[in-house]
Amino acid sequence: MSETQAETGSEIKPFISLFAIYRVFFWIGVFSFGGGLVPWMQREIVTARGWMKNEDFVPGIALAQVLPGVNSTNLAVFIGQHLRGLAGVIAALGGMLTGPFIIMIAATAVYHQILDIKPLQIAMTGVAAAAIGMILRTGLSAVQLSITSGIVPIVIMLATFVMIGVMKWPLLWVVAIMTPLSIAVAWPRKPKASGDA
Amino acid sequence: MRDENVLLTLAIILAPLSIASIGGAMGIYAPLQHETVVARPWITPQDFLDLFAVCRFLPGPSSIIGAMIGYKVAGLLGAVVAMLALYVPSSALCYAMSRAWTEGAGKPWQVAMKRGLTPIAAGLIMSGVLALFQLSGGKLLTGAVMIGAAGILVWKSKLHPFPLLIAGAAVFETAWLLGWME
Repeated sequence: MSETQAETGSEIKPFISLFAIYRVFFWIGVFSFGGGLVPWMQREIVTARGWMKNEDFVPGIALAQVLPGVNSTNLAVFIGQHLRGLAGVIAALGGMLTGPFIIMIAATAVYHQILDIKPLQIAMTGVAAAAIGMILRTGLSAVQLSITSGIVPIVIMLATFVMIGVMKWPLLWVVAIMTPLSIAVAWPRKPKASGDA
Repeated sequence: MRDENVLLTLAIILAPLSIASIGGAMGIYAPLQHETVVARPWITPQDFLDLFAVCRFLPGPSSIIGAMIGYKVAGLLGAVVAMLALYVPSSALCYAMSRAWTEGAGKPWQVAMKRGLTPIAAGLIMSGVLALFQLSGGKLLTGAVMIGAAGILVWKSKLHPFPLLIAGAAVFETAWLLGWME
């Protein structure tokens, strides 16, 4: 399996064991309180380990969000496939869901008591606020990638933000219109594009 | 026998929700509530609200509420069936798409999609940040912790984020003890 993948890929990928993928995603699943699974994946896969380049990772975020299903599990599938094909998908997804599954089972027994603890509620609101900050950090890295390749991506980025973020228009419609437009503009004109402005 | 029916029903309820939820778990709550509270006497309305609230305290995707319901109605097996129904259909679809993506690496359409999706991703993530901030009440303290956490991560990109989450909790706890939150 891995041989065919090595042949199709133009660059040499470092060998990453399935156990390593499972372990990384296991801890992402356990630590990701307050949401923010996407930045956790970016941190562990791109920043801390260099298993993927950010320019390969960020388009995956859009893909994960546009495809049916939960963003975080879709992104884990995308990363797992990139790293080790189907086995990588199972390791990544299985790893990410193991911890939350066990914690969920444990929480089912005590959740009535948990909900009554006011300080815990306050703490969780704070955790969630910091988690939004993590997502903002991921967003900034995507903005950084977008503004370095000309004026059109900047316009598309701002238009997407205004339509979905500010105007609250339905995501599906906006994406259905903006994505083909953005892809058409980005279509490489030469095999080795050098689009310096 | 009865248990098998419950497991099958769980799978039939959750599998379409797996595919139907685009852009986040928000879309699944209403149909999930309808199927498990209104259409069947599985969960009381108050229990559903409590499960919904407690998911906020747990790590992982918030759609795991489906598995909590599975656990409540059919035990451990119910939870496992619910997990599979929730995540396998959408993951299979995403796998097919990701595979085409990987196999097309370097081809013009893939290069164009990669470049084309980057500004869309930026717009979507920033929209998500804004939506989450507004959903949290848009308070000054939330904004300050959010900006602070993002700033620290820009400054020290390899920092483990868990201490940041703890710090966020500590800031809110302090503000609450000082009586700044009502």
